[in-house]
Amino acid sequence: MTTTERSEFVYVTYIRTTVERLWEALTNPEETVVYWYGMRSTPEQKAGGAWSLVSRDGQVMDSGEVLEFDAPNRLVLRWRNEWKEEYKAEGYTRCSMDLEPFGETVKLTVRHWMEGDGTQFIGAVSNGWPQILSNLKSWLETGEIILMRYK
Amino acid sequence: MEGEREDRVFKALADGSRRMLLDRLFARGGQTLLELTEGLGMSRQAVTKHLRILEGADLVWWRRSGREKLHFLNPVPIDAIGRRWIEKFERGRLDGLAELKNRLEAEDDNDRAK
Repeated sequence: MTTTERSEFVYVTYIRTTVERLWEALTNPEETVVYWYGMRSTPEQKAGGAWSLVSRDGQVMDSGEVLEFDAPNRLVLRWRNEWKEEYKAEGYTRCSMDLEPFGETVKLTVRHWMEGDGTQFIGAVSNGWPQILSNLKSWLETGEIILMRYK
Repeated sequence: MEGEREDRVFKALADGSRRMLLDRLFARGGQTLLELTEGLGMSRQAVTKHLRILEGADLVWWRRSGREKLHFLNPVPIDAIGRRWIEKFERGRLDGLAELKNRLEAEDDNDRAK
């Protein structure tokens, strides 16, 4: 990733599915493991609850808090890196996921931004999002994914 | 619908000024119309028109911040183009269900081993 001054990223994608089905895929750890580099995303089902992203071998990669849990339309997480000192030092990011019906598809808008000024961690995460969303889309539309390792 | 969306992406990308606007948003997200117009040698109206086409193709997303409209690059449609014509030749496809099954079974084995 080249050096940029970006501390906020947005991803919009359309998935041929229902809002309820997509919500399930985004909030059920047994399902995130399929399309999210083998990670379990574990949002507690309520605002103020805990959240973490846990790798296959049980390591907590990122963690934080559920800020909004408005099923099946909006999820907002407070999110901090847990495995790399310089990323962790940048503090918290926020990630919102908005689901809206759009014709025969669901429009998914993922926004991820820094609370503070850092850009390293958000830049690293931003590399991953397109792959995760692409996996999610093909998982829901075809039941298949192209497995990828985090680069 | 997917095809129409892809047509809009290619049409939006088939213009040097619009690609330059995307480059600018790649370098720095959250720019206003005024910032995007600076130093481009284009009128504000022209930039507005280009942005509308980019928005229609979902290549640009914006949100309000006070009285201003901040613009962001949405890389997903461009990523999809890359995936369609490049990535599938490089990576083996695996069935997602098989992956889930393997994982759950491995977990079962671990539980039994405890």
